[in-house]
Amino acid sequence: MRIDQNQLDAARSGDEKLVPTPGQTIGPFFGYADGYEQVHLPFRDGNHLVNPARPDAVRLTGTVYDGNGDPIPDAMLEIWQADSEGYIPQETGSLVRDGWTFTGWGRATVDNVGTYTFSTVNPGPTDEGKAPFIHLVVFARGLLNKLHTRIYLPEDTAALEKDALLSSLDADRRSTLIAERQADGSLLFDVHLQGEKETVFLQFPGIEYPDHA
Amino acid sequence: MSQDQHDPAEESFGNSHVLDPAATQDSQETINAEMKEIHDAASGETQPRVNFPPYRSSLYRHPTKSMHHADPETIELWSPAFGHRDVHTLESDLTVQGQGEPLGERIVVRGKILDGDGRPVRNQLVEIWQANASGRYVHKRDQHPAPLDPNFTGVGRTITGDDGSYEFTTIKPAPYPWKNHHNAWRPAHIHFSLFGTDFTQRMITQMYFPGDPLFSLDPIYQSITDQKARDRLVATYDHNVSTHEWNTGYYWDIVLSGSNRTWMEGDTDAH
Repeated sequence: MRIDQNQLDAARSGDEKLVPTPGQTIGPFFGYADGYEQVHLPFRDGNHLVNPARPDAVRLTGTVYDGNGDPIPDAMLEIWQADSEGYIPQETGSLVRDGWTFTGWGRATVDNVGTYTFSTVNPGPTDEGKAPFIHLVVFARGLLNKLHTRIYLPEDTAALEKDALLSSLDADRRSTLIAERQADGSLLFDVHLQGEKETVFLQFPGIEYPDHA
Repeated sequence: MSQDQHDPAEESFGNSHVLDPAATQDSQETINAEMKEIHDAASGETQPRVNFPPYRSSLYRHPTKSMHHADPETIELWSPAFGHRDVHTLESDLTVQGQGEPLGERIVVRGKILDGDGRPVRNQLVEIWQANASGRYVHKRDQHPAPLDPNFTGVGRTITGDDGSYEFTTIKPAPYPWKNHHNAWRPAHIHFSLFGTDFTQRMITQMYFPGDPLFSLDPIYQSITDQKARDRLVATYDHNVSTHEWNTGYYWDIVLSGSNRTWMEGDTDAH
C-alpha cells in the first residue's frame, strides 16, 4: 500500500487520522535464544538491560501460559522502563549493549518451558508518589496481535492504592499486574494469555482489538 | 508414513505435533467455511482478531476477558531510542551477508513509516526477517525440506531517515507449507518489526506481495476480516524502485497507531 498525498494532507490538517496498518503474528520463526549469534530478532544480551553481575541488578522472571495452563515455548517479550531514579532513558545502543549505558529497553525470548528472564534495575517513580512500573509487550506464535501490559513493583502500597489503572480494576484482576518480590530480590511476573488467571492487557487509544470491542 | 509412526520426542517436519501442538488434518474447505462465516458477520474492522479459530494456534493464546482501555502514562509516552550506533548501514542489504550472491529474485522494498497524523517516524529501528527463495527459514524448528541458502540468513535491520523512509535489498521469499491444516501454505511474506515515537505504537506485522494466489486460503492474513484493511499489508509493485538489470522493486508504507504524545510546535524529533 502507498499513502498518497491527499491522505497525508488530510491527516496533517487534523481532519482525519490515517488508519493504522494491521498487526500480524510474530509467527514461529522469529528466532531462538543463542547468545552469540543473531538469528532474526533476538540479539546478544538483549535481555540484559544491566549486567547481571552488577550489585543492583534485579532478575525479572516468569512464565508465559496459554489458556490450558501450559507454558508457551515460542513467545517474545519486550520491556521498557525508567531507570532507578525514575528518569526515562533516551540513549541509543540497546542493540550493542556496551555494558555501561542504561537504555531502558530489553527483549527476551522464552525458553522451552515458557520462562523468560531479564536482568534490569528497579525503576524509580517517574513522578513523586507515582507507582513505579515496567511496561511489557508480548508477542507469540498463535497470537495475532501484540498485547501490552504493566508490571508494577509491589513495595509502594500507598502509591499502588492511588494508581489510576489499578484502582479501576477488581482485586483479583488487579493482582495480575503486580509482580511478586522473591527473597533474593527477584521480581516474579507470570503472563497468562487466557484463562482464570488471565493477565489484564491494555488497549491504548488508536488501536482496535475488534473481537474485544 | 502416518504421523503417529514418528517418535514423539524427535522433532521433524513429519512429526507435526512436536512442532505445533495445534496442528490439524482439517481440510482447506473446512478452514474456508469457518473464515467465511466470521467474515460475513463482521464489518469495517481495521486490525486482526486475536480470537480467530481458523488459525488453530490462536485458540488458547488469545485473551477472553475484555481489553482494559488505558491512557498511556510516563514511560509509555516515550519510545526507546535507536540510532546508527545500533545498526550498520550494510544491515539493510540482505544479499551481501554471505560469501556469494544468494539465490532468487533480487528485490528492493522501500516505503515510509508514519504515525496516525501522517508524521514521519524518524531515526527509528525497523527489523525484518523472512524465508529464502525456496520458502525455508534459518531456524532450527523449520524442517521444511526445501534448501537452505548458505548466502542468505533472511534477517535485516535499518534506521529510518528524517522523512520516515526505510529501504531493504533482499530476495523475494517463497510461500511455505505449515501445519495449521492439511495442505496449508502461507502466502509469501516479509515480517516487519516497528517502533514509533511512543511505546504504545510498537508493532509486528507481515508484508505481502501483490496478487498472491494464496491470500484467500490463509487464516493469518484472513484474521483481518475487512478487505480494505487486508490490502494495507500488501506492497505495490513499483517500477521506479526497480533498477536496470539489477532488481525489481516494491513500495510499502506503514502507519502506526496514532501517537499519544502532545506534540509541541517544532517538536519534530523522534524523541
